[in-house]
Amino acid sequence: MIGPVLTGRRLLFVTGKGGVGKTTVAAGLALMLAEQSKTVLACEIDAKGDLSAAYEIPPVGFDPVKVTSSLSVMAMDTEASLREYLRLNLKIPIMGRIGPLAAAFDFVATAAPGVREILTVGKICWEVRERHYDVVVVDAPASGHIISQLAAPDAIAELVRIGPIRNQSQWMAEILNNPQATGVVVATTAEEMPIAETIELTQRLEQETSVEVAGIVVNRVLPERFGPREAAAFAELNSDTHRAWIDEHLPEGAPAVLEATRLATQLRRHRSRHLDVLRREMDPSVPLYYLPELFTRAEGLRMTRQVATHLAEELG
Amino acid sequence: MASRDLLSLLETKEIIITCGPGGVGKTTTAAAAAAITAAREGGRVLVLTVDPARRLADALGVAGIGNDVVAVDPALFAEAGMEARGSLSAAMLDTKKSWDELIARHAPSEKTRDRILSNPLYTSLTTRFVQSHDYIAMERLYELHATGEWDLIVVDTPPTRNALDFLDAPARMADFFSSRLLRWLIMPSRSGFLGIASKGFAQVADRILGRQFLADITEFFGSLESMYEGFVERSQAVRRLLSDERTAFVVVSSSELVPLREATFFVEQLATRNFLLACVVLNRVLPRSLADSSATEASLKISQDSDHLAEQLGAELKVDVNVAKRVLATMGESFTDLSVIAHREAAARANFSLGSASMVEVPLFDEDIHDLRGLLRLGEFLIAKD
Repeated sequence: MIGPVLTGRRLLFVTGKGGVGKTTVAAGLALMLAEQSKTVLACEIDAKGDLSAAYEIPPVGFDPVKVTSSLSVMAMDTEASLREYLRLNLKIPIMGRIGPLAAAFDFVATAAPGVREILTVGKICWEVRERHYDVVVVDAPASGHIISQLAAPDAIAELVRIGPIRNQSQWMAEILNNPQATGVVVATTAEEMPIAETIELTQRLEQETSVEVAGIVVNRVLPERFGPREAAAFAELNSDTHRAWIDEHLPEGAPAVLEATRLATQLRRHRSRHLDVLRREMDPSVPLYYLPELFTRAEGLRMTRQVATHLAEELG
Repeated sequence: MASRDLLSLLETKEIIITCGPGGVGKTTTAAAAAAITAAREGGRVLVLTVDPARRLADALGVAGIGNDVVAVDPALFAEAGMEARGSLSAAMLDTKKSWDELIARHAPSEKTRDRILSNPLYTSLTTRFVQSHDYIAMERLYELHATGEWDLIVVDTPPTRNALDFLDAPARMADFFSSRLLRWLIMPSRSGFLGIASKGFAQVADRILGRQFLADITEFFGSLESMYEGFVERSQAVRRLLSDERTAFVVVSSSELVPLREATFFVEQLATRNFLLACVVLNRVLPRSLADSSATEASLKISQDSDHLAEQLGAELKVDVNVAKRVLATMGESFTDLSVIAHREAAARANFSLGSASMVEVPLFDEDIHDLRGLLRLGEFLIAKD
C-alpha cells in the first residue's frame, strides 16, 4: 500500500461479497468519519434502500439528504446523473424536458458499454473534485461488479478516442488511480467463500484497475469464548461420559445451552481458520481491521452506531 | 393445489431456477438440490451456474469447468456414502464464448460473423460489462434444455437485482431489436451518413461520445441487422420457457433482516411477471431450542448459581473450580448471545410473506460445505418432509 491510512483518503469504495454486511460497514465508516468533524457524503450505488435503512431514514434519491449536520446520504441514479452532466458540462439544459430522454438514454446505455458505469463513477469523482465534501464513502456494488466500474474510465478511453467523454474519463482516472485520494475497502466475513472472494478481488483490482486497496474490514468476528483449559473442560463435559451428571445436576433445558455453546465455539474455530488463510494470502502492506459480531436485538441505526464505534477503535 | 414442496418439484419440473440475495448459499443450494436429486431420484441432472463469481466448481469439486458440460465422477457419490441412481453434470457460463457461438449461429455469412466478432465494441460488450451475462445466461439455459438430454436442469442465478435483469433480459432483448431507436441509428450505415430521423439524437450523442465512437456503434448494429429476426424469435422462445409450467423458481435466503427484505422483493417481482414461485429455502437457521423458555431458564441458572455448580462440575471433570466457573459463565453467555440473534431472525421470518410458496428451513451447519458429501447432507434437508 502506497497511500495513507483509510481515514486519510477522500474517496472510499466499500465493496465485498453479498451478505457480509458491506452496507453496514459503509454506513458505519461514513458515520465514524462524520463524527470526526469531517463533512461526508455516503452514496449508495444500487439503490436498494439498504443504506437509508442503516440510518433509519426514508429511501433517498439522487439529491443528498442530511442525516446529521455533517453526514449526507444519496442514492445513485444514472439517468439523473446524465441530466446533471449535460446541464453542467455541455450546457444542454433542454435535455430534461425532452420526452424521449429516458428511451434514448436506455438505448445508449445498452448499446454503448460502460455508459452506466462512467455516469456512476463520474458523478462520484465530480463530488470529490469539486470538494463539496471532505470524504465520499461509496456503498459500491458487490465484488465482481465493482471492477467494471473502477475500470470504466480506462475502458472508455480505449473505445472513445476523442470528444468530451474521453476528456472526462481522463480526470476521473486521475482521481481514481491516485492512492493519496482514493481507496477500496473490502468488507468480508471470516467464512470460506467471502475470504476466497476477497483474495480474488484484491488480485483482480491490482491486475485490472489502478485503484488501491486501502484496507480489508473483517466483519462479524466471533469472540474467543474459552481459554485452552476451559475449552478442554467444556469438550469433556460435552462428551457422552457426563450425560448422567448433566441430567442430575444441570437444569432441564441445559442440553440446548450446551448445544449453543458447542455451536458458538465451533463457528469461532472455523472462522479463525479462514482468517489465517486471509492473513497468509494478502499482501502484508494492506491493513486488516476487525469488527466483532454484534449481538444486537435489531438492525438499523443502533447497529450502524456500534459499527462506527468499533471502527473508530480499530482505526485509532 | 398440487403440493409444491421441493422434493415434488425436483421430481416433476424440468427447470428449477434458484434466485435471491447474495451470500445466502444460493449456489450451494442449487448444487445440493441437483446432487440429491441425481442421487435419490435418478435421471440425468444438470446444474448450471451463471454467477460471474466462480463458486460452483469449488463446491462440487469439479475444478476449472468451462462452458462445456462436465460430468461429476460417480465415484464421488460412492465416496460420499451414497450410490447415485442417476447422474450429475455441471456447467458454468463463459459469457464471451457463449456470445461468440450465438453470433456464429445467427450470422448469415462468415463475413458478417467475422466483422461482428472483431468489432471493438463487441469485444468490450461481451467481456467487460456485467449486463451481457443476463441475456446469454437465459439463452444458454434454453439451448441446454432444447437438447433434451437432461431430465432436470437446476440453474443458479446472480444475486437479486441482477437476477431480475436476467429474468427480463429475453424480453428486453426482443424490445431492443425491434425498437425504433435502433432503426434510426442504423439508418446511416446504409446511407453512409447520419440519417435525418436520427439527427437530433446524433447531435447530442455526438457531443457526448464523439463521432468516431458513434460510427463504431453504427457499424456494429448495422452488422447485427441481418440477425434481428433470429434474435427476436429466440428471445421470445426463451421467455416462453421461463413462464412454462415445466419451470419453477425457488427463492433462497437466510433469516437475516436485509436478505429477507430482498427475498420479499423477489417474491413480489416473480408474481408480477407471472413466474411460478414454488418454494422458499431459508438457509442457516439457528436451532429452535435457542428460543426455548426452559433453555433460557437453564442458561440463567447455570450462570447465576455458578458458585455452587462450579464446585460440583469441577469435581466431576476433575478441573480447578475457577476453570469450571468460567466454563459455566461462558455457556450462559454463548446461549444468550446466540438466542438474541435467533429471536431477531425469528421475528424477521414471521414478517416475511411467502405467498402460496412452501418453505424449507435448513439449519446452520457448523462446517463449511466443500465436497459432495456436504452437498448431499444439505440436499437431505432440502427434500425432508416435515
